[in-house]
Amino acid sequence: MIRVTNIHKSFGDLHVLKGIDATFMEGKTNLIIGKSGSGKTVFLKCLLGIHDIDEGDVDFDGRLISQMSIEDRRKLRLELGMVFQGSALFDSLTVEENVSFPLRMFTKKSAKEIAERTNFCLNRVNIENANHLFPAEISGGMQKRVAIARAIVMNPRYLFCDEPNSGLDPKTAMVIDELIQEITQEFNITTVINTHDMNSVLQIGDHVNFLVGGKKIWEGSKEDVLHTDNQELADFVFSSELFKKVRRAARSE
Amino acid sequence: MFIKRILEDIGRYFILMKLVFRRPDNYRMYWDAFVRDLYNLGVKSLGLVAIISLFVGAVVTIQTALNLENPIIPKYYIAIATRESIILEFSPTMISLILAGKVGSNIASTLGTMRVSEQIEALEVMGVKSASFLIMPKIAACVIFNPILIIISMFLGIVGGYIFGTSTGMITGTDFIKGLQMDYTPFYIAYALIKTVVFAFVITSISAYYGFFVKGGAIEVGENSTKAVVASSLVLILTNYLLTQLLLG
Repeated sequence: MIRVTNIHKSFGDLHVLKGIDATFMEGKTNLIIGKSGSGKTVFLKCLLGIHDIDEGDVDFDGRLISQMSIEDRRKLRLELGMVFQGSALFDSLTVEENVSFPLRMFTKKSAKEIAERTNFCLNRVNIENANHLFPAEISGGMQKRVAIARAIVMNPRYLFCDEPNSGLDPKTAMVIDELIQEITQEFNITTVINTHDMNSVLQIGDHVNFLVGGKKIWEGSKEDVLHTDNQELADFVFSSELFKKVRRAARSE
Repeated sequence: MFIKRILEDIGRYFILMKLVFRRPDNYRMYWDAFVRDLYNLGVKSLGLVAIISLFVGAVVTIQTALNLENPIIPKYYIAIATRESIILEFSPTMISLILAGKVGSNIASTLGTMRVSEQIEALEVMGVKSASFLIMPKIAACVIFNPILIIISMFLGIVGGYIFGTSTGMITGTDFIKGLQMDYTPFYIAYALIKTVVFAFVITSISAYYGFFVKGGAIEVGENSTKAVVASSLVLILTNYLLTQLLLG
């Protein structure tokens, strides 16, 4: 579980995060939603330690980030998996080398063990016969799945995804969402997903946090989203006619 | 404003260098990266260096021959002038300037692209010392391989001078060989190689600095690659003057 307490982050005069409290539960897909510029990505990068927090704290299962030494933080990073918006696969490495990279860098496993674990992860995300292809030679959906395989190869306790289905067609986006949810439950990972895809919210939102202007103004489950009276959230999630119909149908049940 | 920006750049450059020279997480992975960079930055420059050296050696010989066309001056002076020009300046400095363009833009654009496509952040999230892992092997590869390139350049420059000088009838083979052996100072080779090692460090580290800190997208990657080549060329010329003053002055 990750517990965030009153975190603030500014860049110069720009106050981006204005005291966010949140809890991300184990074995659940925890979503952060909000408009562009609401602070979602900065919030995620603060959790990952890419940005230092100005104020507040992040508690990773009893380990406060404010009390960690640099070495402790590096050890914690070995427990984190991250799926970037653009996949961030290493261009010069093949699919197999990308997935096995953390194992080769940080473990003393034999080549056979590394190959087994790599193939297990690639099979888990349904990638076949692509081990020796380079990222530029595979589709966007496959790149996302390889990125997920790389993120889980070290058996992370925490998985972070920054808009994992951006740029994908609706069907592939759904496949990616389902895959992340399955992996979260299967390996009991604390998963935090940053998204503004409303299909994801209604499909895999075990716990949803809604950010507006650097503040969290609402939280609840995907079912709560359907029945919310929060006008700002409703305007954001149900902005299209299709989602308005979905909401009306859910409310009339 | 301009001075402030230069001072900021210098400060950030030294902070980056402190991050680059840290103990590797995994020597095997660094070795693999080093071998890859040795091939990409060094071996792949061999063709360019060979062609340029051969023809510049020829041009230096022909121009020297034309300028020394005087019955009082022995022909073997052409070979002495060619040898000194190539060993002292052309191979270590001019070839390094050419490499600043080729290798420098390669390093800056590779790292810049990795930055804007979040590959460097991906390394950092994994816990990899990104600056060290990405830059140290490149610096090591160039510092080790550039002297080899420069020795090859010296050899081919002189061979080019010999071939074109003798084939055009400007100097005989005997005079050329005699000139090459006359008044030879072995320290000049050491001077050239010392310069090359320093230039290799300047080119790779400055280009890496401009690539590593790119912000934005494709346009900024291109802009920073240009800045990397300009800055490393300027620092190289300045360092050339300082080293010449120190070692030969």
